[in-house]
Amino acid sequence: MSTATETIESFVKQGYKWGFVTDIESESAPPGLNEEIVRFISHKKQEPEWMLDWRLKAYRHWLTMTEPTWPNVHYPKIDFQASIYYSAPKKKGDGPKSLDEVDPKLLETYEKLGIPLNERARLAGVAVDAVFDSVSVGTTFKDKLAEKGVIFCSFSEAVREHPELVRKYLGSVVPYTDNYYATLNSAVFSDGSFCYIPKGVRCPMELSTYFRINAANTGQFERTLIIAEEGAYVSYLEGCTAPMRDENQLHAAVVELVALDNAEIKYSTVQNWYPGDENGRGGIYNFVTKRGICKGRKSKISWTQVETGSAITWKYPSCILQGDDSVGEFYSVALTNNCQQADTGTKMIHIGKNTRSTIISKGISAGKGQNSYRGLVKVMKGATHARNFTQCDSLLIGDKCGAHTFPYIEVKNPSARVEHEATTSKIGDDQIFYCNQRGLSKQDAVNMIVNGFCKEVFRELPMEFAVEAQKLLGVSLEGSVG
Amino acid sequence: MSLLEIKNLHAGVDGKQIIKGLTLTINPGEVHAVMGPNGSGKSTLAAVLAGREGYHVTQGEVLYKGVDLLDFAPEERAREGLFLAFQYPVEIPGVNTTYFLKAALNELRKHRGLPEVDAIEFLDIIKDKIQLLELREDLLKRSVNEGFSGGEKKRAEILQMAVLEPTLAVLDETDSGLDIDALRIVANGVNHLKRADNAQLVITHYQRLLNHIVPDYVHVLFDGRIVKSGGKELAFELEAKGYDWLIKGHKDQLQPA
Repeated sequence: MSTATETIESFVKQGYKWGFVTDIESESAPPGLNEEIVRFISHKKQEPEWMLDWRLKAYRHWLTMTEPTWPNVHYPKIDFQASIYYSAPKKKGDGPKSLDEVDPKLLETYEKLGIPLNERARLAGVAVDAVFDSVSVGTTFKDKLAEKGVIFCSFSEAVREHPELVRKYLGSVVPYTDNYYATLNSAVFSDGSFCYIPKGVRCPMELSTYFRINAANTGQFERTLIIAEEGAYVSYLEGCTAPMRDENQLHAAVVELVALDNAEIKYSTVQNWYPGDENGRGGIYNFVTKRGICKGRKSKISWTQVETGSAITWKYPSCILQGDDSVGEFYSVALTNNCQQADTGTKMIHIGKNTRSTIISKGISAGKGQNSYRGLVKVMKGATHARNFTQCDSLLIGDKCGAHTFPYIEVKNPSARVEHEATTSKIGDDQIFYCNQRGLSKQDAVNMIVNGFCKEVFRELPMEFAVEAQKLLGVSLEGSVG
Repeated sequence: MSLLEIKNLHAGVDGKQIIKGLTLTINPGEVHAVMGPNGSGKSTLAAVLAGREGYHVTQGEVLYKGVDLLDFAPEERAREGLFLAFQYPVEIPGVNTTYFLKAALNELRKHRGLPEVDAIEFLDIIKDKIQLLELREDLLKRSVNEGFSGGEKKRAEILQMAVLEPTLAVLDETDSGLDIDALRIVANGVNHLKRADNAQLVITHYQRLLNHIVPDYVHVLFDGRIVKSGGKELAFELEAKGYDWLIKGHKDQLQPA
């Protein structure tokens, strides 16, 4: 292997640009988890009784559960009593009525992250809900959206202002009994975003939530619920970062999507939680449950994710294709560098007739990163003429990383057609040398090859984020070839 | 000043000595052919000049434009106008040929302090070149070398050479695997790129390429050394007689009298 290996070995030094800490006074719950904490969170959020009951049911159920051990990731046992379950920047008075009243330090934080919230610098054409630790600090373009009847607000606000919608749909896709982390989230979730697109409305702009973990030893448990009524359309983007800390921090979110007849939801994620340092110290444990239901006929849900952060990622954005002729899509780029581990993929559950699903998964492993694709395609008895196409590609950079694929296919209807294609390739020294000989540096060569590898997925991202994603991937691979 | 001066070069790979005292000087405007049987060190010479990893120079020096070439990384050599047409061009799946070539050209331009070309300017540049190599335009939309036939790969190498306009082009067995038509097209492309201020080093096993690319000098490489140099007529002599007479003579020379 000689110099070939050396080339690639030094491809593992990279700074995390988003690792700063905002010095802001915060109000936190004491560490640990018990019924009191659940009540405390609910009280802080001035929640109605039904919401607290739901949380408590979840908490009691959680006590009966054990952490799943089937994912292909390894980490020391998490002490759930050591974590803080609620942290919020301290409010001045009654809290901000509008973005103009938001603490300038918070605005500055988001500005630094490239997410300006103030009026004059707002991202054109994108409405943003900014979530800082456990609370939403502000949502932009609310009024403009309200004109169309679109509701876009923090989850806490939705519980207070639109209880009928929240009650109807909360837990309808991911029940509070679903899995260990989703159940934990149901008990202690702090905030998140809520979107409701009324019948026949095409949401006039991209909706976006930007999650930021700031406080130390704090878990983040947000919950997102998106409902697209008949014939509605929405494109939603989620971004996330966290400071560099030596301890691991837990992030256990739940996302539920509901698409009714002819509705379409496009959900894109650029996940860039702090991945830990090159020796695997620190980083976010990202245990997330994301699921959408295509409830209505001809509805469509499309997940696109670019996962470059987190020490450990455990995440399977899924589609339940219940309505006849409904469509589910999953496009994913997951990158693991240094000591990162990812076990990610999707589930496509075909229930309705003529349901179709597409899965394009691109896993990139560099350094000592371990990348697993885990996907389930399930065709139920009544899903006549269901179709699935799965393409699962892995790219290896260097010889200390790993790529693993765990496809599960269950077909109960003989008219179904399910295809699975998989490839594994390695960025070869001969490819890098070939690029070098044309004047391109090693790093540029790797970026070019990686971007080429991911382009089917980037194509699915909203334009401006596709550019961001490409850059992010470049930065995440910086130094992975010397 | 000579463009390239190789002085008493000793080099090898994986601890094995392959080039054992090679001396060669190339001036601007010249075309040199290096011929030799398999295993004589032809491709090692190309790899050392381009700076391929794993190849080690143990003795001697290589001056390119008067400076020590071996001090520079492969991409720096490329930016200084050294081009290698690969014997086995490498496939890069997912990377569009146009994008790749534009990126390469812009690296060179940046290095020379020239403004980068945009996509539209680049298309203008490449349009003529692609005709020169008689390649189909849709090839530019495909991934670099992926799914290209053997002949297309070699022609695409010369297309890249035409776009990058190197000062010194090293053609490593570009003729291998080409049918007679492709050979003519490739040679035509190479001849077209010849200028008074650049030079070409054509490495080949067979004489037939030299019917199309007419060298000013022919060198015969054997056992890591140049055992005979001459004009273009030497190539014909080799074609007629093979390498044995030279090698034998060389071996005899090595015998103590």
